[in-house]
Amino acid sequence: MSTVAVLQGGRSLERQVSLKSGARVEDALQRLGHTAVAIDVGSDLVARLTDAAPDAVFVALHGRDGEDGTIQELLEVLGLPYTGSGIAACIRCWDKVLTKHLLRAAGIPTPDFHAFSETAFRELGAAQALPAIEQQLDFPLVVKPAAQGSALGIKFARTAADVPAAIVSAFSYDRKVLLERYVPGRDLAVSIVDENGSPTALPVVEAVPEGRDFYDFEARYEIGRTRFVCPAELPNGIAERTQELAIEAYRALGCAGFARVDLMLREDGELFVLEANSVPGLTETSLLPQAADAAGIPFDALVERILAMALARSPA
Amino acid sequence: MSGRTPPRSTAHDLARYAGLFAQRTKVMKSSAMRDLMALTERAEVISLAGGMPDTSSFPADTYAALMTRVAQESCARALQYGPTEGFAAAAHCIAEVMQAEGMTVDEGELLVTTGGQQVIDLVCKTLVDPGDVIVAEAPTYPGAVPTFCSYEADVVQIEMDEDGMRIDALEETLERLEREGRRPKFIYTIPTFQNPGGVTMSLPRRQRLVQVAHERELLVLEDNPYGLLRYEGDPLPTLYSMDGGEFVIYLGTFSKILSPGIRLGWAAAPRPVLQKLNLGKQAADLCSSSMTQLFVAEYFASGDWREYVASLVGIYRGRRDAMLEALQAHFPHEAAWTQPQGGLFIWATLPDYIDTTDLLARALDENVAFVPGRAAYLDGRGGSSMRLNFSGSDESAIREGVRRIGKVVAEQVALYGTLTGAAPAASAAAPAADAPRDADGLAEVLQLPPRRRSGRRAEADR
Repeated sequence: MSTVAVLQGGRSLERQVSLKSGARVEDALQRLGHTAVAIDVGSDLVARLTDAAPDAVFVALHGRDGEDGTIQELLEVLGLPYTGSGIAACIRCWDKVLTKHLLRAAGIPTPDFHAFSETAFRELGAAQALPAIEQQLDFPLVVKPAAQGSALGIKFARTAADVPAAIVSAFSYDRKVLLERYVPGRDLAVSIVDENGSPTALPVVEAVPEGRDFYDFEARYEIGRTRFVCPAELPNGIAERTQELAIEAYRALGCAGFARVDLMLREDGELFVLEANSVPGLTETSLLPQAADAAGIPFDALVERILAMALARSPA
Repeated sequence: MSGRTPPRSTAHDLARYAGLFAQRTKVMKSSAMRDLMALTERAEVISLAGGMPDTSSFPADTYAALMTRVAQESCARALQYGPTEGFAAAAHCIAEVMQAEGMTVDEGELLVTTGGQQVIDLVCKTLVDPGDVIVAEAPTYPGAVPTFCSYEADVVQIEMDEDGMRIDALEETLERLEREGRRPKFIYTIPTFQNPGGVTMSLPRRQRLVQVAHERELLVLEDNPYGLLRYEGDPLPTLYSMDGGEFVIYLGTFSKILSPGIRLGWAAAPRPVLQKLNLGKQAADLCSSSMTQLFVAEYFASGDWREYVASLVGIYRGRRDAMLEALQAHFPHEAAWTQPQGGLFIWATLPDYIDTTDLLARALDENVAFVPGRAAYLDGRGGSSMRLNFSGSDESAIREGVRRIGKVVAEQVALYGTLTGAAPAASAAAPAADAPRDADGLAEVLQLPPRRRSGRRAEADR
């Protein structure tokens, strides 16, 4: 049995979700007979990790620091094996613009987009290019911060008049924003867990917003606001294609251990990858545990499997 | 190391629980932006988001002496259940507070409650069936929103301006509801130093509101937590004092004049309504804390409470002034805010292209917080407004907090200017003469007044 540090909380906007994920992981680890050491990530992180001297670190830290490669960098320095993707894959997933460029390079469909930094608007007159962008991407278009783990800051611009305010909102979260063609259709997510070194896709989850045109940040984590269907009821062959595409994206981004890939299924049956999450939520209402459950993998077994991969990678 | 008992629930189990939840939990609005708000509690954040009175101003030795006296003289009573309506000794104190605000109350028409919040809950419990209409102000007290939602009320919000709820708009709404065959169960209002608006209902509007209630036989819930915290101007009569004991349910509380930690509020209501509230309270918690009722009784017996309230008024007046000055110095000229004569809050409205929920995320990077305006509406409005509290931080923290918010607002205003091709916004200190000043448009959005540079009240009664 191992001593496992469970990193959670932190100061990102997803702190509360992360605390819920972390608490569940701790409970599972204890049921499995491991010793779980909960660490709410703060300025004493290195000291606490040194004190705990864990056999492995379970990263249940969402958002900034946990998903952008920062924590992973630190854990590499400390020589501690950890769950999930390495530094480079985290960086690729965290920055949605980079993600989309890599997907495109790998021939994986992703909605058309343009991205700009704040400086481009402030100093290079990028605003003057907005009409051309709007023409290319058409309305409604989606405006989002390049890096933000949750749905916070994502806006729909229905007309050109909505675009500037949507951009201002997105810049509240990041220094780079993404303008993306809206793909009307069904909102799907595929969770992937490595098995003996090869990624395995779990059943597809569909998020069905109830009575709204888009599910917002709160709905994503609250029971009753968005209905999740798992396995998603999809036409013949679509589920398999969705899973294959998700695995392609997972590979293209270099993910390891586990991750969640979000996709849209357009009305004509075309699939598009939106983004990948390197530390997906593990709360009661999160999609990865639901998908695992649908595949007959209880939460504890899921945690054990994710941990085992981390331990297997340990230099010892 | 986790000390909790591991819960056994799995995602699968949770779906099973979901089927057990009452229908009304589906409409319980999760306190908006809850996750964001949780971050405001970090020690390094200057939070202008709360609604907390400054309890540090209460003398610790007074507290100790009072509790000692309660222990020595009424130990068994303090530790025992009490009557649902509350102790007579607490009712005397309540009568004294109401007297100070120009009200006389029959102590038999009082119900001691667990904070003022319980009155809102009990009134809903007593009056509201699912789908019933509650009329409230726009914006309304964010803490009432989850209560209204949990009783599945259909909340209709009435615009306000500098003189409080617009009674003409209220009457139009009541007419419309009548045509639709829907009768509102009660009108919820905070007429004095409204939370979150910071405005106070004018005397003519108070008179008309009471008239309307009588004409239409409608109950009014008058929520008055801040009435004694007046920093300027003359007190206005409460609706309760004008009503003659017929249609106004009065909500009072010790939270803002003494302590929210003692969880003591009260309702004064017509007897038939009070009896139902009493039954509702029996079901909810049997009685409010005997211990804190006796604490209040001891405190009032010492006669110090007026002096303490006077000291709070002095402290909060200084903080309000500091906040108003800071807003003037640091907010861009496109912003507007209310000028409260009392209470704890200022309501600020930014240009409509700024979303204050998103702005909060940015503000938290600068370690400052406020309540995004959407929390005060049930229909998604209020997206460009924010509630700022001035009672819970000292003057230097208020100045610094407002400066930080002003900085991120200025950034967004400038960025928007760049995006729309308008000239970058001028600083608040030197407003450009030709810059579009859309203050009237803003006021129309929220029916709250644009900033008067003169500081004088608006003469217009829109």
